[in-house]
Parts: sequence; structure tokens; C-alpha cells
Amino acid sequence: MRLSGRQIDCIRGGRGVFSGLDFEASSGEVLAVVGPNGSGKTSLLRLIAGLLVPAGGSVALEGGDAELTLPEQAHYLGHRDALKPALSVHENLSFWRDFLGGKTGDVGQCLAAVGLGHATHLPAAFLSAGQRRRLSIARLMVVRRPVWLLDEPTSALDTAGQALFVGVMRDHLAGGGIVIAATHAPLGIETRELRMGSAT
Amino acid sequence: MTALAALIRRDIKIALRVGGGALIGVLFFLTVTVLMPFAIGPDLPLLTRLGPAILWLGALLASLLTLDRLFTADHEDGSLDLIVMGRTPLELACAAKALAHWLAAGVPLIVATPVLGLLLNLDASATSAVALTLLVGTPALTFTGMIGAALAVTLHRGGLLLAVLVLPLSIPVLIFGVAASQAAITGPLPFGTPFSILCALSLVSLVVGPFAAAASLRHGLD
Amino acid sequence: MTLIDLANPTKFLALTARVLPWLAGATAILLLVGLYQAAMAPDDYQQGATVKIMFIHVPNAWLSMFVWGVMSLSALGTLVWRHPLADVAAKAAAPIGAAFTFLALVTGSLWGRPMWGTYWEWDARLTSVLILFLMYLGLMALWRAVDDPSRAARAAAVLTLVGALNLPIIKFSVDWWNTLHQPASVMRMGGTSLDKAFLIPLLVMAVGFSLLFVTLHLAAMRNEILRRRVRSLQMMQASQQAA
Repeated sequence: MRLSGRQIDCIRGGRGVFSGLDFEASSGEVLAVVGPNGSGKTSLLRLIAGLLVPAGGSVALEGGDAELTLPEQAHYLGHRDALKPALSVHENLSFWRDFLGGKTGDVGQCLAAVGLGHATHLPAAFLSAGQRRRLSIARLMVVRRPVWLLDEPTSALDTAGQALFVGVMRDHLAGGGIVIAATHAPLGIETRELRMGSAT
Repeated sequence: MTALAALIRRDIKIALRVGGGALIGVLFFLTVTVLMPFAIGPDLPLLTRLGPAILWLGALLASLLTLDRLFTADHEDGSLDLIVMGRTPLELACAAKALAHWLAAGVPLIVATPVLGLLLNLDASATSAVALTLLVGTPALTFTGMIGAALAVTLHRGGLLLAVLVLPLSIPVLIFGVAASQAAITGPLPFGTPFSILCALSLVSLVVGPFAAAASLRHGLD
Repeated sequence: MTLIDLANPTKFLALTARVLPWLAGATAILLLVGLYQAAMAPDDYQQGATVKIMFIHVPNAWLSMFVWGVMSLSALGTLVWRHPLADVAAKAAAPIGAAFTFLALVTGSLWGRPMWGTYWEWDARLTSVLILFLMYLGLMALWRAVDDPSRAARAAAVLTLVGALNLPIIKFSVDWWNTLHQPASVMRMGGTSLDKAFLIPLLVMAVGFSLLFVTLHLAAMRNEILRRRVRSLQMMQASQQAA
């Protein structure tokens, strides 16, 4: 499987964020998107996720499910957790499992794997920032998607959480997955780097 | 189907739990209706004549005001991004959200109608006529209102702007809803004519609303 | 036993556990006696047996206002003295007050049916009670809308006190609005001219319903305290790390 972008231009709010960007990542690879603030890391991820429309160029996934579009085969982990405080931890995760669909795993197991096994019945409102992030990581695990688009995935995670997350990513890569992660801090895993310049 | 059922279940659960505020719509409906006689005067025959109009206006405002958060809540916590990316067509997801909203916020308004009818001195047949037209007409309000709710995401503001955008769109529903209720109470029109048009309006909005909302959401995310 | 001792929720729970069965028993006896006396009371020569609705209606209407008074005191306790049980008392009282107000409305409207020919008349008294009911519901909605009890308590306390100041003004305006349109209220109670045969059962019922309120209020306060404990236990559980 290979994810590649050719000559992508991104314009947001009348301002050119980046232009002529090429990138490539294949199965089992982590592409770390690095660069200063405002260089368009988040925009690139949202563009691959289909949440932004590129002003030029194209993104393509080779070797995926031909029936599905790229966003439908991707997980997006953004700054916001997509959690509802009024629902319990278990309800939050099982909603996303049912809604996202495809190949799914067991909610209870995934929650235990990210260290939230003791809190499944509690409202998500009671979780700390790090625990909310762990719950989002459980979403990546409970629904199988070959492409992971991660925006600062390790922010708010403690050392144990970061180690846990590296393990989760390794499992994903071993299964032939692709990870594209925008990050400031090293992920603790061997990566290919995509350096974004400041706006041109 | 599981995806849509899950979405409907989730939205109803959130609406009914602490802070969800589905029942605040009913309270608003009640308050607006109670305010009317203070402006009009406690003249029972007059209230009877105005009753269907008062109830329809109250229901219209109540269902509009609760629509405000239909998409913005999901937008703020990032859920909307995932819903847009999901394998369920966005049009169907929008329709499911609107249906959940109608079940949690629209149906209670209809259930409250008989009590309010009592306050406005409507007899049983008049009250049931109003309740029936509301049952048929409020889906149209929800499904046209959701276009405005989707625009509110794009424009990063809701509230009054939403009302200004959507209220003109709901004029036909108001006209035929009140006309059908009046026809059932006093005539001279037969009940069937405006009622069929009201049904038609609802059906049209069931189709147009989700497509327009989905289109607006797709272009509105950034 | 002073107010300071009662401020401790644990002591409050222990004390109310002992008091509540006696209160409940006394309430049941008084209400039974009151109902029996009410049933035995003679029919009114004008209204017939419907006058007996009064024995339920009047205590409920009286309590609907009394409970707001209790909540206003609790609101002062929250804002001024920062008494730890004050907001518990205020929160527990709101649904009970709303229920009494609702019963007053329903019985009033049932009483009105044979007299006015309709279930509802925009009579000044009934209308004031209806507005009071709306204010109770709004207050309950406020309690529900805010997640954190102590933040909700402050907002609810302000609203309760504003309501207490506003209620006489609302009552006055409604009276004025009503007399503007209607020369005389249909229902006018004779005040002190009430016969002894009516007065005694009415008093018994009033005391019975007041005790009912105290019983329900203490029980609801216990529930609220326990609910908050469950909540803080849950928060502690959420913050602990999995082994």
C-alpha cells in the first residue's frame, strides 16, 4: 500500500499555506511531518483526510480498498477529542465503533489496553486531558483503518502513555498500516521526515 | 444501518442527559404560550380563536431555538470531522441527526400541546387538530431548520443569525399548519386541502434538508 | 444539636435517618385524619361536594409559596453564610415545590370546571400560581444544565432570590391585568367567614401537607448528599491509574 501526494497547493483564507508539496509513505512506514508553527502541518493532514479541498495537486492511495475513498480508509486524530462528556467512556467508544464500521474489535479490550479499564462506566467528563487522549487512541484500535492521520498525538500523554502509544503504532505498522503524524516532539519510533518550510 | 442507529441513539441520549436540554424546548413552548394572554387579555373566546396560531408560533420558535446546537456541538469537539470522514453518506448522517433531534425535542412539544390547548380554551377536537398538524408539520421545521444549523457551522455563529436565516423558510409550513388547524375548528375550507399540502411540505423538506445541510457542511469545514 | 452540628453532612445523614421514620408516620396519620374529617365535612349549599377539593387545593397552594420561601432562605445560606448544606437544601426543594404547585394548579382547574364551565380561566390567582410553576421549572432546568453542583448552586441562588423579590411584583401585575379585563374574580373565598366544620379539617390537612414537605425534603436532601458522594467517588476512581 502506498500513499502519495503530488504537487499539492493549499490555500486557506486567501493565504497560500504551502505549494508544490510532494510526499510519499508506504506500508509499515511512519511519515513525520515537522516544521514550525503555521507551516501547514495540520492543513496537510486535514487535506489528506478530505476535510480540506486542495487548491491544486492530488492525493492518492494505491493498494487500498478500491470501493472506498481515502478518507473512508483513514483515521483522523485531531486536536479535539470527539468525545461527549455526557456519555460514559464505554458509550463514547462503542458509538464510534458502530458509526465508523468496517472491521471492528472489542470495546472493553481496547479500553483495558489503553489503561482505561477501570473507568469504562464513568462519564467522559471526569477524564483528564491525558485520559481523553488515551480514549482517542482506543478509537484507533477498535476500528481497523490502514491509514492513520495523527495531529500531535503524544501531546498531553505522560511517559507511560507515550510508550503505550509507540506500542500501538508498532502493531499498526506490523499489520501493514501507514502513519502520517504531525509532531514537534520525537515520536520514539523510526520515522521518515517530511520537513515543511514556512509559507512560500 | 448500525451506523445510523448508533448516531440516533447517541444524540437522543445526549439530549436527555444532564445539560442536554431537550426538555428546555418544551419549557420555552409553555412559557411563550402563557405569555400570549398577558398581551392579548384573558378573553377566552378571543384566545380560542387565536389558539392554533399561538400554539404554532410557540412550537415554531421552540423547535428553532433548540436546533441551534444541532451541528455546532459536534463541530466544536471534533466529532463532525469524523462523521464527515465516515463510511456513512453525510446526507444520511444529517438526516439521522435531524430525526434524533425531532424525536428528542419535537415530539415532546406535540405531547405538551393538549395541556396548552386547555390553557387557551381549545376543545378536544380543536386540540387534536392542532396536535395532528404539529405532528405532521414539525418534521418540516426540523429538516428545513437544519440547513440553517449547518450554515451556522460554516459561519461560526448561530443564535439570532440562524433564526433570521431559517424563519423565512418556515413561512409555508406556518401558513398551512395554522390553516389546517383553523379549517378543522371553524372551516370554511375542508381540513384535507391544507393538511395534504402540509404533508407535502414535510416530505419535500425530508429530502431537500439533508442534501442542503450535507453540502453546506462539506464546504464549510476548515 | 445546633446549626453548626447540622452543617456536617455525615451528622445530618445520621440524624435524619433516625428522624425520618417518625416524620413519615406523623405525616401519614395527620393526612389520614384530615382526609377523614374532610370526607365527613358537610357539603357546601352552593358548590355541593366539589368544595372538598379545597382541602387538597389550599394546602398545596400554600406550600407552593412556602417552598419558594425555604429555597430563598437556602439561597441566602449559599450566598451569605456559605453553609455547606444550603445548596443541597435548595436543590432538593425545587422539584418538591414544583410538584406542590402542579397539584395546586390541577386541583384548582378541577375545582374551576364545575364553577366556570372550563378547566382553565385566566383568573388572577390561578395565573399567578401558573407563573410560579414556570419559575420552578426554569429553576430545575438551571440545576440540570450546569454539571458542577457548586457553580449551579450560586446561579440558582441568585435566580431564587430575584424570583422571591419579583413574585410580589408579578402577583400585583397579574391582579392589575386581570381586573383590567374582568371586573370581579369568580372565585372569592369568605376569609374568616369559613365555617368551623371546614376550618378544622383544612388546618389538619395544612399541617399534614407541611409535614409531608418536611419529610420529602429531608429525604431528597439525603439523596442529594449521597448523589454528590457517588459523584466524587467516581471522579476519584477516574483519576486513579489502572494497575
